[in-house]
Amino acid sequence: MPDKEWDRPENLPLPVPDEDSLMFWQGLSDGKLLLQTCIECGTKNYPPVSMCCQQFNFEWEDAQGTGSIFSYVVTQQPVHPALKGHTPFLTVIVQLDEGPRITSNLVDGNPENIEIGSRVELHLVELSDEVTLPLFKLCSD
Amino acid sequence: MSFMNSVAVVGVGETDYSTESGRSELVLSLQAINAALKDAGIGHDEVDGLLRWSVDTSSEATVAANLGLSNLSWFGEINQAGNVGAALVANAAAAIHAGLANVVVIYRGVNGRSGRRYGRGDVTGRSGRGSAAFTEPFGMLTPQHGLAMTTRRRMHETGVSSRDFGMVAVCEREHANRNPRATFFEKTLSIEQHQESRVIVDPFHLFDCCLETDGGGALVLTSVERARERDGHVAMIRAAAQSGYSVRNFIDTAAVGLAPNLWERAKITPSDISVAQIYDHFAPFVLFALEDYGFVRRGEGGDFVSAKEISWDGGSLPVNTSGGHLSEAYMQGMNQLIESVRQARGESTAQVSDAQFSFVDTGIGTGAVIFERGE
Repeated sequence: MPDKEWDRPENLPLPVPDEDSLMFWQGLSDGKLLLQTCIECGTKNYPPVSMCCQQFNFEWEDAQGTGSIFSYVVTQQPVHPALKGHTPFLTVIVQLDEGPRITSNLVDGNPENIEIGSRVELHLVELSDEVTLPLFKLCSD
Repeated sequence: MSFMNSVAVVGVGETDYSTESGRSELVLSLQAINAALKDAGIGHDEVDGLLRWSVDTSSEATVAANLGLSNLSWFGEINQAGNVGAALVANAAAAIHAGLANVVVIYRGVNGRSGRRYGRGDVTGRSGRGSAAFTEPFGMLTPQHGLAMTTRRRMHETGVSSRDFGMVAVCEREHANRNPRATFFEKTLSIEQHQESRVIVDPFHLFDCCLETDGGGALVLTSVERARERDGHVAMIRAAAQSGYSVRNFIDTAAVGLAPNLWERAKITPSDISVAQIYDHFAPFVLFALEDYGFVRRGEGGDFVSAKEISWDGGSLPVNTSGGHLSEAYMQGMNQLIESVRQARGESTAQVSDAQFSFVDTGIGTGAVIFERGE
């Protein structure tokens, strides 16, 4: 279920949807992580692209929402003003089980015990009517 | 129609490097150009081409007006970020080879510390627009964030450690200690100091991160025939190549794609290179570039660097011999192009003997130049 509780640094930029990514962001607002899939080659593009295989037609497939940590960084010094007062700050790349690698955050992420390969599941965080972020949390088992 | 060894860098120039230049980016550019033309022994009135980094603020028209150029007939800029130095050299060489220009100046002047700071995302930040909608909202806000991701993954895959890439910083510092122009000319660095330095964006320690610098630099390119009028060795452009960012897998660098093209054009192999300058915005990328260009095999970079093979003092392939971006100055490739030319001409403060082929990467595989020493 969407969650409004995650303590997000208030000055982090918000995503600005455009024509090519609107489906993705609308999907999140509707509670789904949609992967843009080329109907020609089947590639699941993340972020969405404008053209694949010289055509502009895509299917949007519902992702399972499970994956594992592919890499991560911990911002220890506030190298950007938006992170002032919010360090250490954890950013992860999740490799979804469908393949795409997604830059995200863990709502329950403790930088101390995170590992490459840790299993995670999707956890949507609704910031407004327009913007819901695809965040993740560690699987309990 | 290759320009191999038909065009040379005949002049190099730079300003002092500081954290507070107290002058405009335009003045820094002009001072560097004056120095480069003086070094080349070529008059301002002979310059008919100008080329620059799009991300800089001094336009060709403004620079031409201040230089008093009456013959400017070819000019342009290349856009991406700080990484287009080799692309500029490739395009200038092509223009000279094709007869579109006779003397081309490539220039830049940046207040990279007192003005717009790359390290804070001042130049590359996009406020959540375009593809940044998928990165910046999650705290990927500066160049180092994405590069730290790749570093972490390669540490996981190849076993390379922070101590390994700390030796990049140590070797470069030793080179800077020989170079009076370098920001850290008088400050030494040990591996212990590197390991104890504060973590900025984990896994990067402070001394893995490049400097932020105010300064200017310029190159003068012309035909090899004309370049021979200057005394000393000639820095001939053996080959140059550029590539777009196509690598988004957080493992490889763009050198994986660029290297075959570069070596094919140059008709030599990595083992022919005597000395290399490699874009060191962050220390581990020197090691990754060595692997992805084929100087060593994937996974061997850590041992290579830990054995100080990149040191001027006894290493088999001295790297970043002026101190690089970590210890000389961060001019986004310009100071490394200058150092690469100096090596080919035999004029470095950490000169490698018999430097027949001098290699410079200007953005971890997004562009590279190989200079050959000519008489």
